[in-house]
Amino acid sequence: MIALTLPAQDGGSFTPPSVTSHLAPFFTIGGFEFTKQMALVLLSVVIIAWFFIAAARKGQLVPGRLQFAGEMAYGFVRNSVGKDVIGAKDFKKYVPLLFSLFFFILLNNLYGTIPWIQLPSFSHVTGAYFLALLVYVIWIGVGVKENGLRYFKLAVVPSGVPWYILPLVVPIEIISNFVVRPMTHSLRLFATMLAGHLIVLIAGSGIEFLIAQESWLLKGTSILVLAGATAMYMLEALIMVLQAYVFVLLTAIYIEGAVHADSH
Amino acid sequence: MTGNINGSLNLIGYGLSAIGGAIGVGLVFAAYINGVARQPEAQRVLQPLAFLGLALTEALAILGLVFAFVLK
Repeated sequence: MIALTLPAQDGGSFTPPSVTSHLAPFFTIGGFEFTKQMALVLLSVVIIAWFFIAAARKGQLVPGRLQFAGEMAYGFVRNSVGKDVIGAKDFKKYVPLLFSLFFFILLNNLYGTIPWIQLPSFSHVTGAYFLALLVYVIWIGVGVKENGLRYFKLAVVPSGVPWYILPLVVPIEIISNFVVRPMTHSLRLFATMLAGHLIVLIAGSGIEFLIAQESWLLKGTSILVLAGATAMYMLEALIMVLQAYVFVLLTAIYIEGAVHADSH
Repeated sequence: MTGNINGSLNLIGYGLSAIGGAIGVGLVFAAYINGVARQPEAQRVLQPLAFLGLALTEALAILGLVFAFVLK
């Protein structure tokens, strides 16, 4: 990465891509811009549906390869996220939500590693906002359904706190539970995807810039950038999977908090 | 020797603020590895806790990144 700073001494101008550079939309219908992210989101729905329908179509006692992959994937979300976090008694209702969220986010993140696509859909903040909004509405709804309107009291007044500390604790709880929580939930996904996408993009344009230089020394340094970029690319692939897991894990934890608001 | 440095000071601030998040994430995973090394069968219980800790610690660094881009 240090090679990126070298051409500046040469007087050449390297303008890296930034957060303000956007792809042009594919087409526009009456002010509504159909962008690459939207096409990728639609494509992800088709791919996920195709994969799991194909995996579940011929259910056999001794699973084939595809069925085995599908069952592994399902079992992972069901057991290690749903059952372990929400608890064996009431987790079943929420497995479909967790399952679809996990694979939707996973595939949309992994777009960032596929050459020529190379754009995680949630590197645009709106998608992440709306996913977090969906989860926000759902866990508040679950809390109200399970505990009645008493849920809001249970959520913001921690038990076992002396009354004279309550004026301090209650505002903090309200802000952290109902304001900051959905924000960080969405921004975590968005910011990691944006940062990873930008790093790969900057490295790519840096390599292009260095190759076009006169001096052979500078041309040679592009190999260093390429090595650094490959390492970051691998790290990004790991982070993409991790963020899908973290998003769904947090969803499960919020739902668990809403279901068992009594005991918290 | 003279030279110009262009860019936003915000990003230096973000770099400094990311130190805190980095230390926090390191501590979380150090504790997780310690726990699993001492009691391997506790791994299933510790794993969601470790990732929850990761997510909550990391939130601060992420807010920093967003503010570094947003604030002018």
